[in-house]
Amino acid sequence: MATEAKVLIPDRHIDCIGLFCPMPIVKTREALQGMSVGDLLAMLSDDPASDADMRSWCRVTGNELLEISREDGVYRFLVRKTR
Amino acid sequence: MERAGAAPDRVYFDYAGFSPVDPRVLAVMRPFLEAGIGNPSAPHSLGSEARESLEAARAKVARLVGGAAPGVIFTSCATEANNLAIRGVALRGGDRARHVVTSAVEHISVLNACRDLEKAGGAVSMLSADAEGRVDPEALRKALRPETALVSIGAACAEVGTLQPLGDIARITRAAGVPLHVDAVGALGRMPMACEAMGLDLMTVSSNDLYGPPGAGALWVRPGIKLLPQMLGGGQEGGYRSGTENLPALVGLGVAAELMRAEAGHGEPARLAALRERLVEGLAATIPDCRLTGSRTMRLPHHASFVLRGAKADGVLLDLDLCGVAASSGSACAQRTGTPSHVLRAIGCAPQEMEGSLCFTLGRWSTLAEVDAVLERLPPIVARLRALALPVPR
Repeated sequence: MATEAKVLIPDRHIDCIGLFCPMPIVKTREALQGMSVGDLLAMLSDDPASDADMRSWCRVTGNELLEISREDGVYRFLVRKTR
Repeated sequence: MERAGAAPDRVYFDYAGFSPVDPRVLAVMRPFLEAGIGNPSAPHSLGSEARESLEAARAKVARLVGGAAPGVIFTSCATEANNLAIRGVALRGGDRARHVVTSAVEHISVLNACRDLEKAGGAVSMLSADAEGRVDPEALRKALRPETALVSIGAACAEVGTLQPLGDIARITRAAGVPLHVDAVGALGRMPMACEAMGLDLMTVSSNDLYGPPGAGALWVRPGIKLLPQMLGGGQEGGYRSGTENLPALVGLGVAAELMRAEAGHGEPARLAALRERLVEGLAATIPDCRLTGSRTMRLPHHASFVLRGAKADGVLLDLDLCGVAASSGSACAQRTGTPSHVLRAIGCAPQEMEGSLCFTLGRWSTLAEVDAVLERLPPIVARLRALALPVPR
């Protein structure tokens, strides 16, 4: 029996398109501060540096980076608040 | 010399973050704020006076950068100058951005200008750096393409102080016929820098880095190189940077440039390097696991940067501040985000080290007593924070 991919529904979306480092991270951090542990945040960014920056920031802060996808130059990051 | 800036009992070692404005600069600026000598484009006699003062400031900046005076374009800051250089050259004369070569250890204004070109369809070659933050000229040569519009490499890496091999890089770009842009913040006036003699084509200048007022800067451009203006309006600055010039600040920048040039000839870089050496050697001797980042020898004379294991920079800086010492972690971006800085990541610092990044930048009013105060106050702070393994809020 085929298993269905689990679809993760974000609790909040933020749009950082057009912004550059450090703003996507700054806005992600601000958004997570107003959310509860376990909540999911989707962040959109077209800054080419945001891939490496988000990975590094999540590693340091312990927040869980669940997904990174990219379409037409726009990254979509899905982050779970862990603390 | 009259001391500028902070209270006498405070140690100020964050000159790269902000330099106190030299009182001699302020004295020259004052009449330009008070006497109506404000707009160099004005038709009356005060306008002519303003024009003459602006051109005198231009000549002074040109003397410091070692290039022709008409090549000086005044801007509001070094970030604007970096944007004008990179976007101005790469976007000139085409419907799409061309290829630019830069490095992973550049200032954020260089990196973000390049990333914006990338988003607009241009190609960017991002050179890596070695463990000291130095770019390999041979790798740069290999990155050049027939369609390369610009190479942008800073004179020194601001976070770890390492000087780039500009002479070698300029020889390569000259031979290839590709313009070389150098962000000279940190190095100008402290290291031998001369655009014409070294074959540099564009140079970014920061006023405040020279103990001039903030809110002013310049881009020197070799005559003959055309830019796409980034600020459109009344055609000031040869049409490359519209907007009424900030005359008081630019006159201040001119005086600051002249003072910097005179000071360099009177041994100030050597004095700073000696103070820096005392700080580096003293901290290495008294704090275990305190590693100098960047080059030991080929570095800015006023710059000392370290990584500490087992102590977070924000906790150390807070405690240093409480005992009267102002320093920084070296990266404003990293400070805002709590993310390890792009430079420390690029030079391969261990994850345990990256959070303990400290940067001390000395300047015109730095003294031996200030260095000794840091040598006395920092070791117990680090020892205490390590013992507590204090969790630091983000």
